[in-house]
Amino acid sequence: MKRRPARGRRVTNTLVTVWAAGSAVLGIAILFWIISVVVGRGVGALNLTFFTHLPTPPGVLGGGLINAMAGTLALTLAATLLAVPLGLMAGVYLAEFSEGSRAADFSRFSANVLMGMPSIIVGVFAYTLVVVPLGHFSGYAGALALAILMLPVITRTTEDMLRLVPNTLRESALALGAPRWKVTLAIVFRAAKSGLITGVLLAVARVSGETAPLLFTALNSPYWFHSLGEPTPNLTVTIFNYAMSPYPDWQQQAWGASLLITTGILAVTLMARFAFREKKP
Amino acid sequence: MMEQAHCRPNMPSYFETMGPRCKISVRNLNFFYGDQQALFDNNLDIAERRVTAIIGPSGCGKSTHLRIYNRIFELYPDYRATGEVFLDGQNVLDHSQDLMELRRRLGMVFQRPIPFPLTIFENVSFGLRQHYRLSRSAMADRVEAALKGAALWKEVKDRLHRPGTSLSGGQQQRLCIARAIVVEPEVLLMDEPCSAIDPVGTLKIEELITELKSRYTIVIVTHNMQQAQRVSDFTAFFYRGHIVDFGTTEEIFSKYSLLEEVPGKLNLDKLLSSKRLYVAPLS
Repeated sequence: MKRRPARGRRVTNTLVTVWAAGSAVLGIAILFWIISVVVGRGVGALNLTFFTHLPTPPGVLGGGLINAMAGTLALTLAATLLAVPLGLMAGVYLAEFSEGSRAADFSRFSANVLMGMPSIIVGVFAYTLVVVPLGHFSGYAGALALAILMLPVITRTTEDMLRLVPNTLRESALALGAPRWKVTLAIVFRAAKSGLITGVLLAVARVSGETAPLLFTALNSPYWFHSLGEPTPNLTVTIFNYAMSPYPDWQQQAWGASLLITTGILAVTLMARFAFREKKP
Repeated sequence: MMEQAHCRPNMPSYFETMGPRCKISVRNLNFFYGDQQALFDNNLDIAERRVTAIIGPSGCGKSTHLRIYNRIFELYPDYRATGEVFLDGQNVLDHSQDLMELRRRLGMVFQRPIPFPLTIFENVSFGLRQHYRLSRSAMADRVEAALKGAALWKEVKDRLHRPGTSLSGGQQQRLCIARAIVVEPEVLLMDEPCSAIDPVGTLKIEELITELKSRYTIVIVTHNMQQAQRVSDFTAFFYRGHIVDFGTTEEIFSKYSLLEEVPGKLNLDKLLSSKRLYVAPLS
């Protein structure tokens, strides 16, 4: 038998290691590049006016994006309120009540497909479902689109987190004569609490940067945010509009809004990590 | 003699001539994990307010057998039991059986102590809330009584609102016993309750078992022969899903000298094939 030369193996090993490490470094470098550009360009736009005033026409100084911040918060909150109960209970069904059923396999598959659905299509869907019948753009349509995007994320993380709870815990609660729903909501949920919170926060982080689904639903507005029943100002569509505009002061504000959103998502993601870590000593 | 009638009309039990009333009668019980049969025609009588030990080598079906009594195996959809388990003459495997009530009557203590992610007080009151409507003070009284019954009250009375997981392993297991007895069960099923506990904790739990048998019928699965001998009145000897022998603990231990040597596979196989299988008297 002819032995393979050791040198060839060593060279291959080095090559693969360098390739893998290089790819990792490149990925991380791009993230930091983006963050540094956003911070570098955006930080100049952040001042008190930016956080306290309404937008102004191009060329007029002293404009801010307070309305879009309020709108984005309201849209995300409404979407969360819509998606959390549905997503949690769908996850409960998949993890606790559907052992080996075809309906569950199908739901799980659907959730996976929905997770990969381009967000603009979800936007178009919400448009036909809410905007067309009502005859005008509204925050409700935007919140609906965002909720649809959150739903599969919450469902799947809930299922995964509930599956991490050992069956011995369910057994001990069932053995006391508690009904299954009570065991799930009072005991299993409590045991999986940090994981469930993480899932919700990740879903929030996922949608709070979405622009496409808001373009034909919530639209945008330069006015003060009153209710979700009308076109709703929001940061992401504002970034889109301002960045595309030829006015330097608007472009500057778009950078500021980008920094704000990036920071927000980063904060939520860190919170999610913290919530998950907290459990494990 | 009238008392035996409780077991099932016209069904003679092992204890006919011996005194204790028969609380549970197992008849022709088979169990399947999917396609694989794990228990074969088990017949067994459990005496009321006595401790019955279930012994045998690992994987012989001891726990499987116990987990049929309160139907906890039904959490897993492809597990299946056939045959009958009479609790006071009523077949618990009947589909009409009310599972919640059945599990209140048959408390279970598991191998590993698993406190709920709740406080010590809530761990005990959880079961209580499922079955009784009680005022706050009545609830507190019952919880206290249960913790005293489980010989844990002195150790936890000042920290009832700390998490159950803050206790030591042995204390956690006694918390699980308190949790089980607070709903006033008639039977306690203990599935190797000391296997994850240190020797001191084990001793406390064994003392507790001896105390509890004045009020409850106890069935304990154990792989510890000394423990079986110390705490039990009757012993069922399982091997490969069969009950190879049953009798008073004294009888069984004198017959097999279980304490000196663990019966080898060869001897057990001989026992199994010699048709000395224990068969409960059937009508």
